[in-house]
Amino acid sequence: MGFFLEVVLGGLMAGVLYSLVALGFVLIFKASGVFNFAQGAMVLFAALTLVRLMEFLSQTFSPFLIALVLTIAVMVALAWVIERLVLRPLVNQPGISLFMATLGISYVLDGFGQAVWGSDVYALDVGIPKRPLMLFESLVPGGVLVSSEDLVAALIAGLLVAVLGLFFQKTRIGRALRAVADDHQAAQSVGIPLNYIWVIVWAVAGLVALVAGIVWGSKLGVQFSLGLVALKALPVLILGGFESIVGAVVGGLIIGVGEKLSEVYLGPHVGGGIENWFAYVLALLFLLIRPEGLFGERHIDRV
Amino acid sequence: MFYREAGQFKTSYGADQAVFPILQDQIFIGLWLALGFVLVPLVSTEYLLKAILIPFLILALAALGLNLLVGYCGQLSLGTGGFMAVGAYAAYNLCVRIPWLNPVVAFLLAGGVATLVGIAFGIPSLRIKGYYLAVATLAAQFFLDWVFSRVAWFTNNTPSGSITAPPVTLFELTFDTPVKKYLLCLSILVLFAAVAKNLVRGRIGRAWMATRDMDVAAEIIGIRPMYAKLSAFAVSSFFIGVAGGLWAFVHLGSWEPLAFDVNRSFSILFMVIIGGLGSILGSFLGAAFITVLPLLLNQLPQWLGVSISTAMISHLEAMIFGCLIVFFLIVEPLGLARLWRIGKEKLRLWPFPY
Repeated sequence: MGFFLEVVLGGLMAGVLYSLVALGFVLIFKASGVFNFAQGAMVLFAALTLVRLMEFLSQTFSPFLIALVLTIAVMVALAWVIERLVLRPLVNQPGISLFMATLGISYVLDGFGQAVWGSDVYALDVGIPKRPLMLFESLVPGGVLVSSEDLVAALIAGLLVAVLGLFFQKTRIGRALRAVADDHQAAQSVGIPLNYIWVIVWAVAGLVALVAGIVWGSKLGVQFSLGLVALKALPVLILGGFESIVGAVVGGLIIGVGEKLSEVYLGPHVGGGIENWFAYVLALLFLLIRPEGLFGERHIDRV
Repeated sequence: MFYREAGQFKTSYGADQAVFPILQDQIFIGLWLALGFVLVPLVSTEYLLKAILIPFLILALAALGLNLLVGYCGQLSLGTGGFMAVGAYAAYNLCVRIPWLNPVVAFLLAGGVATLVGIAFGIPSLRIKGYYLAVATLAAQFFLDWVFSRVAWFTNNTPSGSITAPPVTLFELTFDTPVKKYLLCLSILVLFAAVAKNLVRGRIGRAWMATRDMDVAAEIIGIRPMYAKLSAFAVSSFFIGVAGGLWAFVHLGSWEPLAFDVNRSFSILFMVIIGGLGSILGSFLGAAFITVLPLLLNQLPQWLGVSISTAMISHLEAMIFGCLIVFFLIVEPLGLARLWRIGKEKLRLWPFPY
């Protein structure tokens, strides 16, 4: 029982990390209708920038804070460049062209990040405690082993979702973003400048990518495979629906738990290593029951 | 002036409905076939054949298959690498376990196996659309990746996971030299391209295109969505499976599951998009572009006389590749086939500007 709880808790934590990456996808898809395959590359790029800047600034009084501010500026600049060079010329093109364009962006970001910052594995240490904790010692004999790093990650993710929720509900820009997500033309007719909004959305997604990069990076180290995290976040998106922040969180948790449980309980029977595809198959099965994902908008085809 | 159909009168329905009704087009295609079958084998170096032409031909076949699915039927699929793997491993297992079976027949049977797998993974398309379907086909890709690396039966229980294909023979003719391999791939490609062209001009192709444009409306006028979508998956997977068998046997020789990973799927999707969705010629043009581009990018620093480390070269390659993809999508979203069509229109009017 204790072991089962451990696996479930571990799965929940891993799911939180997936949700962080999926959150960036959802933000961009909601506001501009673009399926941003470059989100993984953005996570990697943000983490690389942060880690290398921290190295260069290690002699100053607070390398992490200064590097963080600089990285935020870099991600905002990146959002502006992407909007100007890629999104604006491709306005009104079919979704698949935009998807392919983001695939191209991910190649460019990968190459650029590694050309400028180098392709070694960098350890990211921002002060997240890494001690494993023993919880629930009174409920379960022996207690349940939980990594405090994962707990902090879950707290950060929860904080991020809360901040994003407040941003969307209470601020003027958040309202504008929701208007654009609803209907581009109507938003434009009310006077909301679409290009400006897209820069903001991509910048916010970049910041979410930065947070995800910090959390993943301190867990795994900042290396090229961080960019492949995007492929892990896709099942989260299908499960939760492409347009829902709540869906990204809930989907992430379900996928995380499902993955860990399947690996531990089903894995040994079929040779192991099923983590790679189990999430996808799980999401696929959910899709067959509910084709838009759990919280996605129902797609109504008008003929 | 030269490209006019003036004076060419058709006297039968068959002549009118030909794939290439204009005489100039027929001459053009005839020249290309002569070039491909006669001239190229005579003058090419071994490097040109092995590194450029054979991969181009096999990937063009795979791109053709994917174009039928994505371009003509509108079902976005990212599982191409997995289906190629199915074709490759099916051909390998058939050749190894049934020793008297001819490898070329094994390719076709492997294509059949890939068809069945394609139909199985195409069933979600009856319920899911768009990006969701793309991610569902990614499930196929990762699952097939896992199956071929973990289930030892498929690799004939080799300890290393990497298997070597037996040599390809047909009627006592062994395809061992690059020229013979090139001619084999070219013949198969021309045959399959003819089949594809006729399919898309027929009833099935129209059903696919109707499903792509507006599947609800297509269903209303009587096109059964299950048959349209699953037949697209079936035919496409057949082409891709045969391409996978050829890739493994003729080009690679010996391979491991990584040869058919998700990067392969993406590169074939790039070929289809850059070449032009919904165009047979587009598959060829896109395959040529994507095959030649990395080689060009690799040689570029040498030609420019700049010396850069290999790591930096590969990063720059990735960056330039990405930039070119975005550039192409901005400049010509309908692909290279559209540029070709515009060229033909201009040629019709030449030397007049309009």
